[in-house]
Amino acid sequence: MTTLTEAEAPPPPAPVTPTRKPPRGRGRLVPYWLLLPGILWLLVFFALPMIYQASTSVQTGSLEEGYKVTWHFATYWHALSEYWPQFLRSVLYAGSATVLCLLLGYPLAYLIAFRAGRWRNLILILVIAPFFTSFLIRTLAWKTILADGGPVVGALNSLHVLDVTGWLGITAGDRVLATPLAVVCGLTYNFLPFMILPLYTSLERIDGRLHEAAGDLYATPFTTFRKVTFPLSMPGVVSGTLLTFIPASGDYVNADLLGSADTRMVGNVIQTQFLRILDYPTAAALSFLLMAAILIMVTLYIRKSGTEDLV
Amino acid sequence: MALLRWTKRHLVVIAGLLTLGYLLLPNIVVTVFSFNEPKGRFNYEWQTFSTDAWTDPCGVAGLCGSLSISLQLAAWATLGATVLGTMIAFALVRYRFRARGAVNSLIFLPMAMPEVVMAASLLTLFLNLGAQLGFWTILIAHIMFCLSFVVVAVKARVMSMDPRLEEAARDLYAGPVQTFVRVTLPIAAPGIAAGALLAFALSFDDFIITNFTAGSTVTFPMFVWGSAQRGTPVQINVIGTAMFVVAVLFVLAGMVVGGRRKRQKP
Repeated sequence: MTTLTEAEAPPPPAPVTPTRKPPRGRGRLVPYWLLLPGILWLLVFFALPMIYQASTSVQTGSLEEGYKVTWHFATYWHALSEYWPQFLRSVLYAGSATVLCLLLGYPLAYLIAFRAGRWRNLILILVIAPFFTSFLIRTLAWKTILADGGPVVGALNSLHVLDVTGWLGITAGDRVLATPLAVVCGLTYNFLPFMILPLYTSLERIDGRLHEAAGDLYATPFTTFRKVTFPLSMPGVVSGTLLTFIPASGDYVNADLLGSADTRMVGNVIQTQFLRILDYPTAAALSFLLMAAILIMVTLYIRKSGTEDLV
Repeated sequence: MALLRWTKRHLVVIAGLLTLGYLLLPNIVVTVFSFNEPKGRFNYEWQTFSTDAWTDPCGVAGLCGSLSISLQLAAWATLGATVLGTMIAFALVRYRFRARGAVNSLIFLPMAMPEVVMAASLLTLFLNLGAQLGFWTILIAHIMFCLSFVVVAVKARVMSMDPRLEEAARDLYAGPVQTFVRVTLPIAAPGIAAGALLAFALSFDDFIITNFTAGSTVTFPMFVWGSAQRGTPVQINVIGTAMFVVAVLFVLAGMVVGGRRKRQKP
């Protein structure tokens, strides 16, 4: 078998592309049969619900009498004017968490890609392993870590960090729990692996000889990083940012477990409206707005950073 | 001076290890507090060492029931998403067909959507159809959001596959079924396994979408969420720690087996 392929193959390895001719007759339908069940599933349980949601958002009525589509766009106005602080907070918290993830995650991804040597696989496992403990349990652990009068809060207090953060308005008094800082800390923690893994993938692809070449041309390590490593890791930065920001902006678990009534995000509002207050039109409008905002942001961001082949 | 130079040289390593510490700290806390004997209902403050929870992990009403529901859900969701996702991945890599762009977007969008949006819209669908919320609605939702991740994992593997291997099999008079079972499937297996593992982890740990589609069914994450309001039993930490240990052992075993296989190859 080996001699056969070697004899047929041209000297450089042939590009791996589907070279098969499109089959005739019944065989032509094969791709459609393969796609049918999965695509149907996504159409019925992902796309169709979006349409239902859009329709619900312009309905009026009550639970008892039922809802009717009345093209009542005032719901959107009401949702925005009532809940704009939560919207703003979602963007701020998710944005801060994303920036923190990038700052914290980059050194670790760099460490795994270039400096870990034989420890590489072990560190990679340690990055992924927390996923296997329910994220709710791990988020609850932050209640212990950041507990009032605990070692972390005590240390921050004696270093006068809490004075600064209190002045900035992200902590209150001697507490970290139930403040914006705790929520951002939890969001950063929860989505950090989603930043590290794409960063690592793109860093790992960089040819180590490029670093040597930069060094040979008298670039300092910092210049090498700024002009060679970082630009080449941009695909990882882009997908890591998206993978962190998108779930963080819709999250309500961290704000609920680690925050207070003053740290509610848009996810919290959607959850309460849907599951407790049962005001479906407002909840649907909020969810639709969140979706639209995310889609617009993602499109603009990908356009600007020029990485289109994310999938 | 020497210390300063050493620090400067290893700055990346130090920063990286600090981040790793930040990532692992909650797991350490979860493990330590699984040996706690809390006063009152909440397990947030250290009291005294005890192994009570470890000897009686099902001692809390509803905990092990919810765990079993979560495992069943994850198993079925993994099966469904892996089969459907693998079929899509093969179609995308191996065939030309119309509306490829639309199919690609339909697969990308669920990954680019905040969970709460998918959850809320699915709930509107189920409410409009008058569906009974429970195990089946959760399963439908889980297969939906795991599907795209399986497609991505399998696609990556199938794309790097050499089509000449299958041509060779056909040249040696293997039928289409035989080629698929004996050549294609074994080569694609690591990608399929990775996709399945990812689907299992995603489904097992999902809270947001489950919270909207569960009705009165209680999965393990739902149980933890409920206990965060009512009082957290130590047993939750026991389960969390056990899952962490099992996962790490599982991955390490996989690495040892994989490494041995690689060495056996000439």
